Amino acid sequence: MTMIFGVPMAVFMGQLTLGLVNGAFYALLSLGLAVIFGLLKIVNFAHGAQYMLGAFAALLGFRYLGINYWLALVLVPLVIGGLGMLVERFLLRRIAHLDHLYGLLLTFGLALIFEGTLVNLFGVSGARYATPEVLQGGLNLGFMFLPTYRAWVLVAALAMCLFTWFMIERTRLGAYLRAGTENSQLMQAFGVNVPLLITLTYGFGVGLAAFAGVLAAPLYPVSPTMGSSLLIVVFAVVVIGGMGSILGAILTGLGMGVIEGLTKVYYPEAANTVIFLVMILVLMLRPAGLFGKEA
Amino acid sequence: MTESHVLKAPSVVAKRQRRANLRRNAFYLALIVLGLVAPFIAYPVFLMKILCFALFACAFNLLLGYAGLLSFGHAAFLATGGYTTGYLLASYPGLTPELGIIAGTLMATLLGVLFGVLSIRRQGIYFAMVTLALAQLMFFVFIQSPFTGGEDGLHGVPRGELLGFISLRSNMAMYYFVFAIFLFGYALIQRTVHSPFGQVLKAIRENEPRAISLGYNVDAYKLVAFVISAALAGLAGSTKTVVFQLASLTDAHWHMSGEVILMTLLGGVGTLLGPIMGAGLVVSLQHILSQSPLGNWVSVMLGLIFVVCVLSFRSGIVGELGAIYRKNFK
Repeated sequence: MTMIFGVPMAVFMGQLTLGLVNGAFYALLSLGLAVIFGLLKIVNFAHGAQYMLGAFAALLGFRYLGINYWLALVLVPLVIGGLGMLVERFLLRRIAHLDHLYGLLLTFGLALIFEGTLVNLFGVSGARYATPEVLQGGLNLGFMFLPTYRAWVLVAALAMCLFTWFMIERTRLGAYLRAGTENSQLMQAFGVNVPLLITLTYGFGVGLAAFAGVLAAPLYPVSPTMGSSLLIVVFAVVVIGGMGSILGAILTGLGMGVIEGLTKVYYPEAANTVIFLVMILVLMLRPAGLFGKEA
Repeated sequence: MTESHVLKAPSVVAKRQRRANLRRNAFYLALIVLGLVAPFIAYPVFLMKILCFALFACAFNLLLGYAGLLSFGHAAFLATGGYTTGYLLASYPGLTPELGIIAGTLMATLLGVLFGVLSIRRQGIYFAMVTLALAQLMFFVFIQSPFTGGEDGLHGVPRGELLGFISLRSNMAMYYFVFAIFLFGYALIQRTVHSPFGQVLKAIRENEPRAISLGYNVDAYKLVAFVISAALAGLAGSTKTVVFQLASLTDAHWHMSGEVILMTLLGGVGTLLGPIMGAGLVVSLQHILSQSPLGNWVSVMLGLIFVVCVLSFRSGIVGELGAIYRKNFK
């Protein structure tokens, strides 16, 4: 059997794929955070809870309404994103003129409410969501066994990231968004409906989190606490990458996933902590973050 | 006529100042008396819990309220103090509790230096995220380290004998020890806030670029504030471990970092008494809810209070009361 640095090839590649899949989730979530931060200047602490709500919506939609995976992949982000727009319109907008730390605190409170409510309704043990039939099984690539669903998650997440990049960098709406990020008052003066743009942006960021949640549902146990611990790691990823660039967020997310996966192979004790250690290293060497512009 | 009025003015101001000082001292004296008689009225263990969290919240408030730094990782200091003290007192029976507490506080201070150096390299929202991530790192360290008892935590930490001859086994003796620690911590914060150092901190909070342009070494000020805050949070954690004779992962969890923010926000950010009141309210609320059928809804309730506070009650109870007082009586 082929060995890579003393580890069987199949194990190595398996962990590498796992790492890439985790990285894809980091990328999707940090992208959503970056989009929201760009225009609203707040860190959306409810992002993990909204990811969790996405997974739960897919689970409950299937259980009670018979909504299948593919439909859920489209509907859930719209519904949860819509919910996010309500949150922006009726809560976040009221504190938009204040110090942006209040936005962090408000969304933190929302995360506690969402998480606590679902813990009471469904417990913490977590439920399983069946992988759609088409994506069951795997491919034998000769040097490794690649589960189809993991491959699909990677493709879908990357496609969504690229779609987001295209929306923001190549469309008129995206141009408004970028301009609003630079100077939203001037945009308003030019006749762009900035409050609406803000609502849509928040909804889009939340929708991205919910999309990630649906993707994650067949992969991890669906539980009310699935989002919070993930979010803290995503925060570290955001600190490492900086929230200034979209491609930066995607690359950092994937990279950190791979680093985490490889740590699992070579030094499993540090797998939980390696991303935080990378963050410390980045803070010491390049405080603004790898792709950051902030001084 | 007007001339004599003008001449009188300084003495009138001085008199008013003296009266204000007198009022404040009387107020503090009343609070201390209240603290001394409280264990005869309420259950001492419950009061000690409030005092520990009040000290924790005051320490946190020094950073948020006076330096404008929102730390989302203060649980790490509480837990470091608690675990260090718990481990030392449980493994070395000859050690007296005050030495255990001092050791725990020192460890938290050391961690505060490390975290502080790293996190003040980023500002605002990034600062919050960095502290949160560092605290999560410590959470995993505590889970995996052999000396913390992992998921079970440390149990049966002996309270021991204060200075080697005052037994802390009775809750009354323990209470007065905790009260003394609390007063020490509070006095330290009070002195810090009203010192020239505290004034510079406030200047940094209000306008950092201006403070830099005036020649202040802003990072050094922030670091010192961070370390004092971490040390006192560690002191609170160490004391809590001695009181309850246990140290557990609950103290290291990010929920704890959130709770201390809520206590401070509810009581009043940037007021000296606010965090005490907030801690009292949150601990009481948790206590009441945990004995009612709504016991599982504590975190939802805390979330709701967070949202309400941020939306319409930003200066907290003490802040709002202060505003009413200034409007009607001055």
